[in-house]
Amino acid sequence: MNTDLAQSNVNESGEMITADGVPLRISLLRAKKRARNRALLLVAPLFLFILVTFFIPIISMLFRSVENQVVGDVLHRTVPLLQQWDEHGSDLPNEEIYAALAEDFKEAFENKSAGSVGRRLNYEQSGFSGLFRSTNRKARKLEPPFKEALIKVDKDWGDIDVWRVLKRESGSYTLSYYLAALDSSYTPTGEVYKNDASNSIYLPLFWRTLWMSLLITVLCLILAYPISYLLSTLPIKTSNLLMILVLLPFWTSLLVRTSAWIALLQKEGVINDLLVAIRFIGDDQRLTMIHNATGTIVAMTHVLLPFMVLPLYSVMKTIPPSYMRAARSLGATPFTAFVRIYMPNTVPGIGAGAILVFIISIGYYITPALVGGQSGTLISNFIAYHLSSSLNWGLAAALGTILLGAVMVLYIVYDKIVGIDNMKMG
Amino acid sequence: MKKVFKHTLIASAISIGLVGTAVAKDLVVVSWGGAYTASQQGAYHEPYMAANPDIKIINDDSANGAVAKLRAMQEANNVTWDLVDMVAADAILSCDEGLVDEIDFDTALAPAPDGTPASVDFGDLLVSPCFIPQIVYSTTFGYRTDLVGDNPPTSIADVFDLEKIPGKRSLEKKAINNLEWALLADGVPADQVYDMLGTDEGVARAFAKLDTIKDQVIWWEKGAQTPQLLADGEVVIGSTYNGRLFSVIEEEKQPIAMMWDWQVFDLDGWVVPKDAPNKAEVMEYLKWATDTQRLADQAKFISYGPARASSAPLVGKHATLGIDMAPHMPTDPNNAKNTLLYNFNFWADNVDDLNERFTAWLNQ
Repeated sequence: MNTDLAQSNVNESGEMITADGVPLRISLLRAKKRARNRALLLVAPLFLFILVTFFIPIISMLFRSVENQVVGDVLHRTVPLLQQWDEHGSDLPNEEIYAALAEDFKEAFENKSAGSVGRRLNYEQSGFSGLFRSTNRKARKLEPPFKEALIKVDKDWGDIDVWRVLKRESGSYTLSYYLAALDSSYTPTGEVYKNDASNSIYLPLFWRTLWMSLLITVLCLILAYPISYLLSTLPIKTSNLLMILVLLPFWTSLLVRTSAWIALLQKEGVINDLLVAIRFIGDDQRLTMIHNATGTIVAMTHVLLPFMVLPLYSVMKTIPPSYMRAARSLGATPFTAFVRIYMPNTVPGIGAGAILVFIISIGYYITPALVGGQSGTLISNFIAYHLSSSLNWGLAAALGTILLGAVMVLYIVYDKIVGIDNMKMG
Repeated sequence: MKKVFKHTLIASAISIGLVGTAVAKDLVVVSWGGAYTASQQGAYHEPYMAANPDIKIINDDSANGAVAKLRAMQEANNVTWDLVDMVAADAILSCDEGLVDEIDFDTALAPAPDGTPASVDFGDLLVSPCFIPQIVYSTTFGYRTDLVGDNPPTSIADVFDLEKIPGKRSLEKKAINNLEWALLADGVPADQVYDMLGTDEGVARAFAKLDTIKDQVIWWEKGAQTPQLLADGEVVIGSTYNGRLFSVIEEEKQPIAMMWDWQVFDLDGWVVPKDAPNKAEVMEYLKWATDTQRLADQAKFISYGPARASSAPLVGKHATLGIDMAPHMPTDPNNAKNTLLYNFNFWADNVDDLNERFTAWLNQ
């Protein structure tokens, strides 16, 4: 950029021009643009990285939770005809629709695609998987009249509810994964109802994930606050040594730390042995401290503690000791000085630590899987289960999306109450 | 983006080129790891590689969750596995979804020594057109001989009898097997179990039976857990795969015994992924590795029964312990008085529903 205004002139329209005859305004804009492009180039790798590894997977997950194209793709003759059929009536579809279905099955047999539709619809109603498999086996031998032929292959084709479910789930998009994730279901004709308690899993789990994460955050805060205070007030030599003690577990493998807790807390473990040895409890009264919620809370509090200590420490380090002395000299008791002066100054650290611990723990997965037992597993364990075992990726995506939504809502609430600018990571 | 993609392509082309110029061809075989992969290594892989120096078999121990991984590979159009070991239910599912190839058993597999075609030799165990069974394993019970006193458990009803067998027991954390056992223990005849589980009352009855022992159960998720719990004395009796119990009883000499009543048979075997990179070599290998002698050989290393009828008479002694393996086979007549065969069709339809109910029941 040419900043030497002494060399510049004024052209006929009154604009400043630079030495090479270009109006100064345009020259400045060009220079700014170049600088902006350079800056953009610098952030481009990060931007691309985030796009590829973060946004695209999230968008694809959001999409998977509503995607339902397989039914319409495979049964592409049946589905358009079904739209004219009245699912609220009491009549089975007509021969034309059965014929289309038979054609679709013949094609699906060639492409080996009937199974995936059966699997998909089986999530809606048990029995579809078998129905599609048995029909697929005999697809080539289907002869008109197709209605009788299909009902002969499997009597379920004469069940009007089967057709109602098929019609309901024939669209390209579905909300049924979200319903399942919220412990609700459709009736065959499409009314939504809440599952009874014996079939409700996910809502209680969402609540459990929420309160356990909150409890872990609070416990981390209670434990980390005095440690950080000690670290920030001790002479640098001692505090460095103590800092290593805080960080040492942080550098140890997560699995090792979690397994160490199993050794400590289990029935025949160190703590129980100790309690029995000092006759605090009898040998038959050993405490169950692992493979339940207690195990998850203890192990996760330990695992996540450094995430609370580090931001708190860095904020406390910056609070001048003279503040407290000033408060004392103005007549405040130590307690008042602490509550009125010291604590408000640590709020940015508390905020940063709490949000770190809470958001990490709400999606935590390995530790609960290892020490959580039945009462200590969190929603992410079920997401993993549906991804790798039950293979219901739509439901896994819906659960993940709801979790993401819940975290975002909490983040906004946090921003409204505490203020996100008021946070200091270190 | 395009450029990155191009570079990746070049890089992979170079690495493929390198592999191509190497003498040996790599076959990636996915299996369960541990003692099971070791038995396949001893019975199949090593002899085959010795006879075919141009083939190198690479073990990949990621059979757990293999269907999910296979599905992801297909979606990415990048199948890197040549052969996968799966339980039958997963193989049926993968076959339904078109993730694995159908196999013409009589042409692709070797006949029995007496000329019986493979499809007859495997018989009823060919539960899916894509699946070549290797072994019959069973989920059954082991108990601590020193903790049950003079009154050892003899029937499935004893598992649910807290007076006869007090103490903790371990069961698998899913609906499969537990619901069947609950109904059998409740006096339902074996041939009516699945009809009953198809109804709401039947399921309720099974859960009611499980309720009677619920607070005494430790739920396991990995096959190694029950042997460990038994060895530690944390449970008195527990269910797991029979091969795991064999190794804790015979190899580790723990005071544990088998209770075979109403063991549930299941199958484990091979599937060939669709678009597997070295299909011709894999089919060659499969023809050899699933013949009568090879299946019998695997039983030298692990106590699972060979899936071919013609292999049973060839089962010999354990490779290192030198004990007779036949009495340890789940299929041995003394062990197989009361057995249930895993009902693939029933569970394909109901697994999601019943596992969901099971989870909800556990959380109550």
